[in-house]
Amino acid sequence: MGKLMDWIDARLPVTAKWKLHLSEYYAPKNFNFWYYFGSLAMLVLVNQLLTGIFLTMNYKPDSSLAFASVEYIMRDVEFGWLIRYMHSTGASMFFVVVYLHMFRGMMYGSYRKPRELLWLIGMLIFFVLMMLAFTGYILPWGQMSFWGAQVILSMVGAIPVIGEPLKDLIMGDYMLSDAALNRFFAYHVVTLPILLLTLVVVHVLALHEVGSNNPDGIEIKKNKNPETGIPVDGIPFHPYYSVKDIVGVVGFLIVFFGIIFFAPEMGGYFLEYNNFVPANSLQTPDHIAPVWYFTPYYSMLRAATVNFLWIDAKLWGIILMGGSVAIFCLLPWLDRSPVKSIRYKGPYFKTALTLFVISVFVLGWLGTKTPTPLYTTLAQIFTVVYFAFFLLMPWYSKIDKTKPEPKRVT
Amino acid sequence: MKKIKNILFVLCLLPLAAFASGVEVKLDHAPIQTTDKLSLQRGAQTFVNYCLTCHSADYMRYNRLRDLGLSEKQISDNLIFTGQKPGGLMHTAMVKKEAKLWFGVPPPDLSVIARSRGADWLYTYLRQFYRDDSTATGWNNLVFDRAAMPHVFYQLQGEQSLKVEMVDDGHGGKHEVKKLELSKPGTLTKTEFDKQVADLVNYLVYLGEPAAAYRVQLGIVVMLFLFFMLGLAYALKHEYWRDVHH
Repeated sequence: MGKLMDWIDARLPVTAKWKLHLSEYYAPKNFNFWYYFGSLAMLVLVNQLLTGIFLTMNYKPDSSLAFASVEYIMRDVEFGWLIRYMHSTGASMFFVVVYLHMFRGMMYGSYRKPRELLWLIGMLIFFVLMMLAFTGYILPWGQMSFWGAQVILSMVGAIPVIGEPLKDLIMGDYMLSDAALNRFFAYHVVTLPILLLTLVVVHVLALHEVGSNNPDGIEIKKNKNPETGIPVDGIPFHPYYSVKDIVGVVGFLIVFFGIIFFAPEMGGYFLEYNNFVPANSLQTPDHIAPVWYFTPYYSMLRAATVNFLWIDAKLWGIILMGGSVAIFCLLPWLDRSPVKSIRYKGPYFKTALTLFVISVFVLGWLGTKTPTPLYTTLAQIFTVVYFAFFLLMPWYSKIDKTKPEPKRVT
Repeated sequence: MKKIKNILFVLCLLPLAAFASGVEVKLDHAPIQTTDKLSLQRGAQTFVNYCLTCHSADYMRYNRLRDLGLSEKQISDNLIFTGQKPGGLMHTAMVKKEAKLWFGVPPPDLSVIARSRGADWLYTYLRQFYRDDSTATGWNNLVFDRAAMPHVFYQLQGEQSLKVEMVDDGHGGKHEVKKLELSKPGTLTKTEFDKQVADLVNYLVYLGEPAAAYRVQLGIVVMLFLFFMLGLAYALKHEYWRDVHH
């Protein structure tokens, strides 16, 4: 065995890379609950890839066959229902773990120097994930697939100058049709997964270059054992965190399979009731709502109701919606606090983050509702709160009363 | 082309502005029990005798009904009227083009109707038909105004007629309350008819997801395994982390 390993190592640095990324990658020893979600995102990614492969074996990307082929998977394919539910629930759970992963970063300042690029790569992953969710949702070709896509594509078309040709290029047709469905299938199973996988590898490489942050927001690399050169507060990822993450994985699987086996529609939030009606281009549903993970942005899109500065309300809606996602990219430069972690930040930041979380939940809830004047006003107020969290951060984070950071992790 | 695009765009923004169409009617709770195989069998019988004449269940195979405790022979002898093989899909005898001509819209496929409409809606809808001479079929429905579907159970339920009452809403105003009254009795009593519809709805729920019963069964086993695994995983972690001091 040892000889075989020597032979391989002389040709491919397997042992060296194993050490670099696992057995001798030193992570802070004080990770808490919030640090499960990175590895869980990886688990869901693998789940989506594997179940996705099996789904493509029976799915038909044809506007007259797609809906029936999904039902064929649900009924006639051996364990097809399980594979399909694992994929559809996986899509929602991907957003659950990624949102919690991002929230962790916001609490403990994981986007701050030297992890700005790591954060930006993470944001790219988030964008690709949203495109994957959107293209995947079109594939069953139900009413919500069709009309939801119609709304999103009309927004692409509203982008000044390049909008219309870009929309036609994306669809490969002038309207949402069989040709478009074929394209979305290609994006969903080839283009975007390749992009996502590549970005995830780059994300992990960037993480292992700068090292993991921790709930105290201090750099463990600043305090190394002078003899070994190992951070005194670091422990090797493998076996410590690999065995710890197994606990997280099993805990996650209990929730994940709990949903799959006992509530796969999740009350209409994971699988919308209207999507069990085949797409009909002549019949608009009474109420078009995106899946829950897009509802906060959808609310902000609808919150823009007035024309302002030569730009009409619809375009403002799109700017707000795009901006609400893109603005996360600026976080590393908006935060001027002398400390990273919420543990040592002052009351301003804590209040701002709480208001931000409340606004996300309220906007998310409003996005599932048919708008009324009251709901629109609420959406406008909370859109302002949402953006204020980011845009006022340079000031409130600077004048906030912070506590001193400890020298060692606690 | 531009015109079509504009129309499509307007169409897709319509629901954002419009209020939910249709009258809000309080739905009755469907008294169904998906584990009751006899109820499902009776529902299947009603389904093939009444529904399948106009509607299809194109994603469902006849022999899948073995889930309900029936043998393939029982299925062939009692439930297949189209001369199909037991492995065949539950197609309707009606030609789609003709159906469109007769009803204005082709009757929708019922395979997943319970998943889009919900059991309570179906249970209420099927029992809320009333006589209305202003419609093409002579029937109307409280839950689905001007439904293209006629009342197929009128011989069983009898004929209902609409009574509109003005009721004091307690704030000094009045509002309309619509009620249905039996004007001509059918061959079944109200209790018997409600039971028959409940059995049918029970079957439609099964039809929406035939694997549901097995899904729950398997789920319990998987959960037990996962909780056992959680204990094991935690013990392993605890053992490895003994030498890490905080």
